[in-house]
Amino acid sequence: MAHSLMQRVGGKDQVIAGLMLSPTVLAAIFFIYAFILWTVWLSLTRSTILPSNHFIGLANYHDLFGSSRWWRSLSNLGIFGGLYVAISMAIGLLLAILLDQRIRGERLFQVVFLYPMAISAVVTGVAWRWLLDPNFGVQAIVRSLGFTHFQFAWIDDPNFAIYTVVIAAVWQTSGFMMAIFLAGLRGISPDIVKAARIDGAGTLRIYRRVILPNLAPTFFVAFILSAGLAIKAFGLIIALTGGGPGYSTNVPTIFMYVFSFERGEMGVGAASALIMLAIMMVVVVPFVILDARRKV
Amino acid sequence: MRRLPIYLLLTLAALFFLLPLYIMLVTSFKTMPEIYNQGILALPRQFDLYAWRHAWSGATIGASNQGIHPFFINSFELVIPAVIISTAIGAINGYILTHWRFRGANIIFYLLLLGTVFPFQIILLPMAWVQGKLHIAGTLIPGLVMVHIIYGLAFTTLFFRNYYVGIPHDLVRAARVDGAGFFRIFWRVMLPLSTPIIMVTAIWQFTMIWNNFLFGVVFTNSDQQPVTVAINDLVDTVTSVHMWNVDMAAALIAAIPTLVVYLLAGKYFVRGLTGGAVKG
Repeated sequence: MAHSLMQRVGGKDQVIAGLMLSPTVLAAIFFIYAFILWTVWLSLTRSTILPSNHFIGLANYHDLFGSSRWWRSLSNLGIFGGLYVAISMAIGLLLAILLDQRIRGERLFQVVFLYPMAISAVVTGVAWRWLLDPNFGVQAIVRSLGFTHFQFAWIDDPNFAIYTVVIAAVWQTSGFMMAIFLAGLRGISPDIVKAARIDGAGTLRIYRRVILPNLAPTFFVAFILSAGLAIKAFGLIIALTGGGPGYSTNVPTIFMYVFSFERGEMGVGAASALIMLAIMMVVVVPFVILDARRKV
Repeated sequence: MRRLPIYLLLTLAALFFLLPLYIMLVTSFKTMPEIYNQGILALPRQFDLYAWRHAWSGATIGASNQGIHPFFINSFELVIPAVIISTAIGAINGYILTHWRFRGANIIFYLLLLGTVFPFQIILLPMAWVQGKLHIAGTLIPGLVMVHIIYGLAFTTLFFRNYYVGIPHDLVRAARVDGAGFFRIFWRVMLPLSTPIIMVTAIWQFTMIWNNFLFGVVFTNSDQQPVTVAINDLVDTVTSVHMWNVDMAAALIAAIPTLVVYLLAGKYFVRGLTGGAVKG
């Protein structure tokens, strides 16, 4: 009797719970998943400034992959993404290991390494644009030290401007990677390390054989997060280079924005967004699912 | 002394991270002649406040020449409702997903988890269309607020879910035996335990929404724009002389709110960054 009463009460509350959750579920289904399908449809139509239902098959994809600007955007994402992920993870790991040596002032160092994460990408872009300006910034500083022929004008050079994006992005998020790796390092049981030490292993050996292998899940997470940030990077590049000189620092986010909202080629813009989704799926989603499996 | 190289490396790294902030600060207090005649690293001769005043209330941004302040206010008008609403809904959702488990809860979890990784480019065009149909296209309120609430929900829900998973189910069961219902348990059992995760989530949302550029540039027009978009317009404006000091002052003004939150509550910010990902 008491049991069935509780079930009834629980049943009513269970209904309330379902009702309270349903707006979010419906919103997610509509605003994420239906919108994705909608974008798929747009990419198959002759949509320009306004959406159209005129089906044209894969013509937009044909246009997209016939565009040198799109290819430049993809190769830029490859260069920028690859370098950025590798360098920010490397710096983050190094800083985390250094901070994990029972350092005085650890908190202060952390605050300094991480503050760029609290600043917007646009502000980061503006600051680095100033610092990388050949007439005033790094080039001028080094020249004023006496190296009068020092050249560092990457930001104005179509072949090198993409590397300035790497510099600014690494600056902004290496501290974030540091925080991820530091949390990972602190999660390793001191006993394993102690055991290795008793076995006579030196510090370097302990890092190589014990600590780094135990950090594998942390590397996963750091990779997911930094690769995701690389694919999504937008405001930083807009503020730093405006996608230029020319379109030499265009990436898919900028291409998608320009074609969809400035050039009125919505169908091509939608197609580019879907390729971005595909890139994200291929690069990131397997890691996310693997990671979630491990935890649930 | 074996530790000297460690401190040396850490200090070098710290200088690298501080350099952009330093040059922004000193540049913002210089006059333009000073900027032309001195190195970028030099301290200003006297602290000239012209650039800050001009950036705040005089600089030309788009069609307005009122400086950055209207857009700064816009960002607050955006962030306050968006943070409160997305955090509140996230709390309820997290509570439901962890303590009112039902069939499909895991599917919902994965649906939301994926929602945090998709590039937002994939939803921009349909959302622009929907906002047009609702006659809220280009508006800060409710247009941009709505966008930030919707696409913040996946994050806030997962934050609260991951936190509430750690709250023993026996607490909820005991409250139910005592006759407490869905809302009473939330108010009396969950919320009093939630201060840290509310801080983490609210600070995360505040930082993300304040700093967001993509949604602002796509979904708002001219005087409705948030401060990040205005900064970019200001810096991008082609005038006869590039006013670096004004650019830097404006960028610093835009950065101050999140920097202050970071300095006051950095612990929670870091927990959001790492906890959302590492602990899961």
